[in-house]
Amino acid sequence: VQESFGNQSFRMERKTIDLEQGWDYMQTGITKLKRILEGLPEPQFDSEQYMMLYTTIYNMCTQKPPHDYSQQLYDKYREAFEEYINSTVLPALKEKHDEYMLRELVKRWSNHKVMVRWLSRFFYYLDRYFIARRSLPPLNEVGLTCFRDRVYNELHSKVKDAVIALVDKEREGEQIDRALLKNVLDIYVEIGMGQMERYEVDFESFMLLDSASYYSRKASSWIQEDSCPDYMLKSEECLKKERERVAHYLHSSSEPKLVEKVQHELLVVYANQLLEKEHSGCRALLRDDKVDDLSRMYRLYHKIAKGLEPVANIFKQHVTAEGNALVQQAEDTATNQAANTASVQEQVLIRKVIELHDKYMVYVVECFQNHTLFHKALKEAFEIFCNKTVAGSSSAELLATFCDNILKKGGSEKLSDEAIEDTLEKVVKLLAYISDKDLFAEFYRKKLARRLLFDRSANDDHERSILTKLKQQCGGQFTSKMEGMVTDLTLARENQTSFEEYLGNNPAANPGIDLTVTVLTTGFWPSYKSFDINLPSEMVKCVEVFKGFYETKTKHRKLTWIYSLGTCHLNGKFDHKPIELVVSTYQAAVLLLFNTTDKLSYNDILTQLNLSHEDLVRLLHSLSCARYKILVKEPSTKTVSQTDSFEFNAKFTDRMRRIKIPLPPVDERKKVVEDVDKDRRYAIDAAIVRIMKSRKVLGHQQLVSECVEQLSRMFKPDIKAIKKRMEDLITRDYLERDKENANMFRYLA
Amino acid sequence: MPRTASKTTKKRSKPYTVTSSDTDPVPSASSKTKKSAKENDEKYKLFNKYANTSSGVIDPEGIEKLCSKLKVSHTDIKILMLAWKMKSERQGYFTKAEWRRALKALKVDTTKKLKKALPELEKEVRKPLNFADFYAYAFRYCLTDERQNCIDIETICQLLDMVLGSTFRDQVDHFVDYLKIQNDYKVITMDQWMGFYRFCNEISFPDMTNYSLELAWPLILDNFFEWMREKQA
Repeated sequence: VQESFGNQSFRMERKTIDLEQGWDYMQTGITKLKRILEGLPEPQFDSEQYMMLYTTIYNMCTQKPPHDYSQQLYDKYREAFEEYINSTVLPALKEKHDEYMLRELVKRWSNHKVMVRWLSRFFYYLDRYFIARRSLPPLNEVGLTCFRDRVYNELHSKVKDAVIALVDKEREGEQIDRALLKNVLDIYVEIGMGQMERYEVDFESFMLLDSASYYSRKASSWIQEDSCPDYMLKSEECLKKERERVAHYLHSSSEPKLVEKVQHELLVVYANQLLEKEHSGCRALLRDDKVDDLSRMYRLYHKIAKGLEPVANIFKQHVTAEGNALVQQAEDTATNQAANTASVQEQVLIRKVIELHDKYMVYVVECFQNHTLFHKALKEAFEIFCNKTVAGSSSAELLATFCDNILKKGGSEKLSDEAIEDTLEKVVKLLAYISDKDLFAEFYRKKLARRLLFDRSANDDHERSILTKLKQQCGGQFTSKMEGMVTDLTLARENQTSFEEYLGNNPAANPGIDLTVTVLTTGFWPSYKSFDINLPSEMVKCVEVFKGFYETKTKHRKLTWIYSLGTCHLNGKFDHKPIELVVSTYQAAVLLLFNTTDKLSYNDILTQLNLSHEDLVRLLHSLSCARYKILVKEPSTKTVSQTDSFEFNAKFTDRMRRIKIPLPPVDERKKVVEDVDKDRRYAIDAAIVRIMKSRKVLGHQQLVSECVEQLSRMFKPDIKAIKKRMEDLITRDYLERDKENANMFRYLA
Repeated sequence: MPRTASKTTKKRSKPYTVTSSDTDPVPSASSKTKKSAKENDEKYKLFNKYANTSSGVIDPEGIEKLCSKLKVSHTDIKILMLAWKMKSERQGYFTKAEWRRALKALKVDTTKKLKKALPELEKEVRKPLNFADFYAYAFRYCLTDERQNCIDIETICQLLDMVLGSTFRDQVDHFVDYLKIQNDYKVITMDQWMGFYRFCNEISFPDMTNYSLELAWPLILDNFFEWMREKQA
């Protein structure tokens, strides 16, 4: 209905409408509207009625003063609502309760909105000019405010109680009218007129309190009666239901707040009791591999701030306990059994540790959704027990022995190529948990040397493969020496070919014995003790010849012969049949003495060969007291003593045509540990100097912690060791203490 | 005077400068020549009383003689203090220049006057600033070789007793006991030597409640601390 109205063909002389007169007319419209709202038989407004009402207002507002009644009409507009509310609406509401009251309220609110809509259309002209000119609230707002002030403010508390009662009813499993609640709560929202304050203050805050106390009661009884899995199931269900509740009738903004309350009462308050439940708590679930329950536990606690920390902690404790048990088992078996079976147990231990890791990694990835907290827990757990000693062997040594068993010929592990690759991969991963990585490297190197030099490596590809993996994990420096060793072997083969060519071209130089020499680059290989044994003349010639050859290839290099690593094939001319003996160079030297003399005393042999007692006893034992008795010992006691004498055992025989006479290896452990300790001292020195050179001045604690950090990739340095090195560096004038502050150090250029 | 010390082949440096307080006023030009000539005569006469005529220095024998004249034992700290005052470089020997330096500083020219001056000298040395310097000097004085920079345990024990015995009796007794039974160190470095002095000055004893293993105390003191704690338990 527009203003152009005035341009119509009604060329009426506008009579001035008196206020009372005009208002009476408006009242008829209002009364009609009320009747419609009350559901009384009343026809709807037609367009003429509507226009008349509108025009009346228009005219009364556009009349010349003193007959411009805008202000009065504005006031009467509000009074219309107030009157209706006081006489009809409020009484109707006050006489009802609970759900009935809610329904009435919804109806009355709906009616009110209709009334506002209609009346504001009738009085529209006021909205156009009057309210703007006087900066007054528009008609719509006036209407709503009436309802708010007269109805809402009176009743909202009672309404809130009724709603909450229904909510709790629904929680107890009864069906309720969700649409009704939605409509009621919409009132709270709408009455805020753009702000959520009414909803939040008059309803939500109470609802949250009530929900909290509801779940608090439930939780306190469930926690007593239910097992952990059952309690978690119920909690999960409750959270699901509450979310549905929000979706159906609460305002969406309530969701995070409600969820937080429920979580708090069910999961946070009783977290400790729940997780620590004796027979069904986190520990028990881990023990019994209850993957689903643990996944649920993760899901529930994941959204709670710091909720996962206790779970991760229990996980860590559990894995640590399992790991410790394995270690203890291996320790116990080792002390109860003989040395050689004990080493099998140690291999079994590594296998089991790998399996343990695989098992719990699955947990981390699947149950615990790859969460960093659990990766960390697993790592820390493994770091605890992977650094324990078993029967005197460090974990570094065990791991190196394990690798040796896989990589050597005739090792205890019989696996397919794929399985080997997979195992090597896992072994390298385990290395990450071992703090003494440098110790592992040294043991590994020693055993690699054995495999390479005695041709005991089962598969070249696997050897290279593990070196690649180690390089990836620990860096190039870690594997550079080992790679050098492997390369040396390849070069050695080429070298041998040249040597044979040389011999072919110089027949005079030929020593008359098949000689294979492997030249090792000193820096790559472990250091070997080698001392000057008096070689048999045949061998002396070999050494000379090779030296001659080698000088044709390179001058400026010194050859140091390591006889302890040599192998010799001798033909033993026994009475029954000749047998080829595969022995070490030292053993060969001993045996060859008997070519010239039948019988020799211990001392004879000692002086002729120029060996230490320890070594000689070992050698003679292997030839006279072990499985194959090539020499006869007099007296035939079980051990070698310095008063014994020896004779060639011509009667010796065996069903094989060739036998290998092993020399039990010297315990390398002590030397490895010594070498590593020495290297560590240098490494600490270097780290300290490096740090001080760049920082110039540094406090003691900082220096120590930076040192530890720098070295942590290879080993965990002992704080006392660092202090000792620092003092040494002070003595050597690399560092000095600050004159004022004895806890500060300066670098001396 | 402790004589023996162990050898090590390391770089030798002198991080602790040895100074003695020089309280001599500068004499005027003219009087200097006349007076100092006469003074020097006296000092040289005194020097010659004790010096070895062939070597031209006061040797250990001469020092013994001096000590008996001064009525002090040759292991008395006052002799060491005298050595410090004269900036003597070699243990057991006083050169002419060193002798003159000390006597000039002490303003004495006879043995009797020297004897009287010794208590004053001790007081001066015991002033905290001087004592730290003197303490460092004592260590260096015992090194018999240019290339040496540490002293054997036995000598250290004697030196500690002489130098710190009167002021830190308790600490010295316990530490000396410890040094004798431990096996980690056969010699003591300057850093460790100075560390012990700091220890005596800073750490309450015998409770050692303000000691911390986290700090930069020399390792030997950490070990001493742990040993003491074990004993006290």
